Amino acid sequence: MESLLNIGIVRWFDNRLPLLSYTQHHMMDYPAPRNLNYAWNFGSLAGLALVIQIVTGIVLAMHYTPHTEMAFDSVERIMRDVNYGWLIRYIHSNGASFFFIVVYLHVFRGLYYGSYKAPREVLWWIGLVILLCMMGTAFMGYVLPWGQMSFWGATVITNLFSAIPLIGTPIVEWLWGGFSVDNPTLNRFYALHYLLPFVIVGLVVLHLWALHHKKSNNPLGIDYKGPQDFIPFHPYYTIKDAFGVGVFLIVFAAFLFYAPNYMGHPDNYIPADPLKTPAHIVPEWYFLPFYAILRAIPDKLGGVIAMGLSIGILFLLPWLDTSRVRSATFRPVFKWFYLLMLIDMGILGYVGSQPAEGDWIWIGQLATAYYFIHFLVLLPLIGWFERPRPLPDSIAKPVLAAGPVPGVGAAHDKA
Amino acid sequence: MMKRFMPAILALSFALPASALAAGDQAHPESRNWSWNGIFGTYDRAQLQRGLEIFTGQCINCHGLKFIHFRDLIQIGLSEDQAEALAEQFEVAGDPDEWGDPTTRPAKLFDRFPDPYRNEEEARALNNGAVPPDLSLMAKARPDGSNYIASLLSDAEYNEGNPTDDGLYHNAYFPGGLIAMAPPLYEGLGVNADGSDASIDEMSDDIAAFLTWTAEPRLEDRKGMGLKVILFLLVLTGLLYVSKRKIWANV
Repeated sequence: MESLLNIGIVRWFDNRLPLLSYTQHHMMDYPAPRNLNYAWNFGSLAGLALVIQIVTGIVLAMHYTPHTEMAFDSVERIMRDVNYGWLIRYIHSNGASFFFIVVYLHVFRGLYYGSYKAPREVLWWIGLVILLCMMGTAFMGYVLPWGQMSFWGATVITNLFSAIPLIGTPIVEWLWGGFSVDNPTLNRFYALHYLLPFVIVGLVVLHLWALHHKKSNNPLGIDYKGPQDFIPFHPYYTIKDAFGVGVFLIVFAAFLFYAPNYMGHPDNYIPADPLKTPAHIVPEWYFLPFYAILRAIPDKLGGVIAMGLSIGILFLLPWLDTSRVRSATFRPVFKWFYLLMLIDMGILGYVGSQPAEGDWIWIGQLATAYYFIHFLVLLPLIGWFERPRPLPDSIAKPVLAAGPVPGVGAAHDKA
Repeated sequence: MMKRFMPAILALSFALPASALAAGDQAHPESRNWSWNGIFGTYDRAQLQRGLEIFTGQCINCHGLKFIHFRDLIQIGLSEDQAEALAEQFEVAGDPDEWGDPTTRPAKLFDRFPDPYRNEEEARALNNGAVPPDLSLMAKARPDGSNYIASLLSDAEYNEGNPTDDGLYHNAYFPGGLIAMAPPLYEGLGVNADGSDASIDEMSDDIAAFLTWTAEPRLEDRKGMGLKVILFLLVLTGLLYVSKRKIWANV
């Protein structure tokens, strides 16, 4: 890259628009903590998933017809008669699930290593906004094939807005563009489903900007002391991320080629029928924990508020977590509660997939209560009462503790 | 419009006891040993053709297959002439004649299987109020679809053919346990590869296989490509791992 700048015309261009220098600065020279583990791979994987979704989505848009009478058939035409249409469409539908898988793992990594804490609060907020945009995009995308789950999922979710007092019903009708989920709804969802991914791209740029401004967190969760704590992003993390991409693609391909409908719902291969309600209406798996929280409150408005707050409170997480230690590695008590929270979310997800009846009702309510107790009560208390283990002096030190290793920054490692 | 949907919307809303949503009891489909199972699975062309034979001999009287063109049948081993000959047995709408009146013509390769009824109302009127669903996607539109179709059709009690007073038939695999369709398979309808009469079990399997193909005609392309892609990715990822180790060796 740098050698390219020796070429006159390249230097001339770069002097006027420093594309090359910026790329060099942000994608190659960017100083990354030397101790990032594989949990840090999920950010780049999420970026890859976004690109895969946009590319396959644009191709699908060339063949898809956003009309209630034709949408379902146009998807089947893609599956049968468009060259490699089945491949593009299965990549897109499974890609949505894998996008959520890597983003959730990315979020759980942040929760474990305290990546949301100062000075990265804004970085964390932008990440949450990206997650919300993803949810909106995924929800509207699921409506497009116009199968039974598409239609009834859209009906149930848009109806949530009717819980708002006074203006609820007008808002729902405004969202629908009519008095029920119908062609205008499908058209606007299609338009927004095409738009939102590019909003996400913009947010990702901000996310990376905030990241590069304050630099990456790391598994020790301690601040960097000097250049000896860093290694250049390229080639160290480019190759590490590339290896992660390989592993990701293998798992993705296994689902894509051998179980492409595993994460979908059979009912969505039935054309939408406004007169026939499916026996169980379940959202896609990545919404299940939130769906369980929604249903846990025996009041429509209350359920909607609880579901909104389940993500809303995460914006306050940097202050709800009162501990000044970032990484769970040095937080003996938090570590266990982190595990409990993961289990709780797993339970919520399972409850969300079950009909809201019998024991599932109280299990869902208990799990919902615990979710909020974890963030609103336990986290602040743990921060006050927990005695964290002593933190290492620097990132470079524990890494090099095994003995003198030739390499960047080894000479700086003395006190 | 709103009034029509309101009961459904209310039933969906979590504020109500959702037990009303629970589906009736339904037996789990029995797992069959399909030729397309597994990584190397492919369709058995002879089985698909037997299924087609039963489909065109019986199912087609009540069920549509709207996503299948006659040309698609070449994929399951019919010659172009055979597919054309089959198509010609069906009448489809033609262009208007010189007076502007509607006409019909024999179907051609580029036509889809015509729907057996003019519209949903006719289908309902002729079938005791129950509309026979289009079968193109049935194998993907039900949980464990291929096994579901085979289990439903071969259910022993169902095939005894004793209707209830409402004209419904007991079938353990159908949601709710009562199905409007009379048992469609009988000995002598289909034949095995060796020419002998197929049993109801064998015919159920052949139909389920055929309908699995109609639902997922690109399955063989998919599995074939998957193997190559995954082998390639394994090698690539291995190389990336070795490169990563080498680059990180002195950190």
